[in-house]
Amino acid sequence: MTAPAATPATGAGLVRRLAIYLDRRPRLRLGLLLTPPLGWLAIAYLGSLAVMLISAFYRVDAFTGKVVPEFGLGNFQTLVTSDVYRTITVRTVGVAAAVTITDALIAFPIAYYMARVAGARVRGLLAVSVLLPLWSSYLVKVYAWYVMLAEDGVLNWLLGPLGLSGPGYGDVATWLVFSYLWLPYMILPIYAGLQRIPESLLEASGDLGARAGTTFRRIVLPLAFPAVVAGSIFTFSLTLGDYIAPQIVSNTQFIGNVVYRNVGVAGDLPFAAAFATVPIAIMIGYLLVARRLGAFESL
Amino acid sequence: MSASRTSRVFLRVATGLTLLFIYFPLVIIALYAFNGNTSLGWPITSWTTEWFARAFADEGVRSALILSAQIAVAATAVAVVLGTLLAFAVQRYSFFGRETVSFLVILPIALPGIVTGIALNSAFRATGIPLGTFTVVVGHATFCVVTVYNNAIARLRRTSRSLEEASMDLGADSFQTFRHVTFPAVRSSLVAGSLLALGLSFDEVIVTTFTAGLQQTLPIWILSNYLRPNQAPLVNVVAVLVIIISVIPIYLASRLSSDAGNVAPVTR
Repeated sequence: MTAPAATPATGAGLVRRLAIYLDRRPRLRLGLLLTPPLGWLAIAYLGSLAVMLISAFYRVDAFTGKVVPEFGLGNFQTLVTSDVYRTITVRTVGVAAAVTITDALIAFPIAYYMARVAGARVRGLLAVSVLLPLWSSYLVKVYAWYVMLAEDGVLNWLLGPLGLSGPGYGDVATWLVFSYLWLPYMILPIYAGLQRIPESLLEASGDLGARAGTTFRRIVLPLAFPAVVAGSIFTFSLTLGDYIAPQIVSNTQFIGNVVYRNVGVAGDLPFAAAFATVPIAIMIGYLLVARRLGAFESL
Repeated sequence: MSASRTSRVFLRVATGLTLLFIYFPLVIIALYAFNGNTSLGWPITSWTTEWFARAFADEGVRSALILSAQIAVAATAVAVVLGTLLAFAVQRYSFFGRETVSFLVILPIALPGIVTGIALNSAFRATGIPLGTFTVVVGHATFCVVTVYNNAIARLRRTSRSLEEASMDLGADSFQTFRHVTFPAVRSSLVAGSLLALGLSFDEVIVTTFTAGLQQTLPIWILSNYLRPNQAPLVNVVAVLVIIISVIPIYLASRLSSDAGNVAPVTR
């Protein structure tokens, strides 16, 4: 490492004086570091959330189609009393729960293999293989399923000879596509969680006479459970916040579809904002439960 | 614990099937890009590469590709500056509300996508900012900050401060120390973070649909063309392009930051 000699050039003196000035004022330095990012997040993000939450209490004038900025609970009343929106909420949460359970069941064996059976080289290879599709184009993956689920698509072609047929487009397809999309988000936390279990605990269990199955049930599963909950935060939140997949592979409505349809010139923005508070409330509740279960240490 | 023979076989088979499940749709869509027919029926009976040339010549595809690239670069530039500043502040100083700050930075990506989307949409409308390229960049930058922040802070935690102290003891001022000691130590983590931000932005649909107005990014081009029968071959080619363009930066990033943990559980 070559430490640069302080070259006494004109102009450099000013920079040096500034450096010394800042060195003596750590609070000022901290302020300079924090102002741009916090300013951005507070204005662009928290500000936006606040605008949205406030507008959820406004209403749209039936004649002019303009937003009337008067406080009222009308939107929330509609949400609670209308059967349509209750059905949509139940469907969204139901699919989110089904996706979460499906992903946990599929993810556990591969995560266990990666963490505790595979050698170092295979483990690294598997980690990259799971990681790459996690980040590679979400929309393309939905589109791939749209193509595969078609009447003359590859799924029916594969299942046909067995006397079966694919699910076609609908809620089952949505469940399948969501499970596919969010699977890596479940595999990676479980993998990390299983890796953290000390080998000595498993050996102790074996030494005390437990069979492999008992050790798995009484030691591995309880210790890995917070990691499963950590993964479920992603699968749950992502399903609640999505409307593209249902739009492409189904014709039923999710919370997101209603929200999106009401944003736009002809829509009802205050109502959309009110409906968007439902996934927020569900996620806050979910996160509180997850924290109690110790999931945050596994994130 | 040495898993028994049967459970080993079971785990191996389950792992293989899961990988098949993960990669099968990607392989299928890649094959369709070479489909000689314009219909999407399976099996594919004739093969061609002409759709690639057609896609590159297509005005809509080209302008969407350029717009997506511009937005990704602009959003990443903002995210790198903000994420780096924040990582230094959180890692190097203790101050009131530090925990809240690190929570605030993941919030845009932890809350469901439609929430971020409609929040930004309401705010832009309330302030009279017209939806377009600028608003997309603002939205993307907001959720890209976290990738840079996560990578930078993980690196800062691991680098010892003794080198910086040595540099100061040898007479370097804090700017020189930053330029010659601190920055080289965090540089590759910033590159990894920005590659992830590029990939994230390039691929994003949900927040984009709420903020783009009439602008078409590449994912939005796919979304508005996949139902048009005569556009299907071009959509297939664009799909493969998007996979390649978004995977390369992620792959490079995972090589740069040795611990996959920084790359992993961050949502879209």
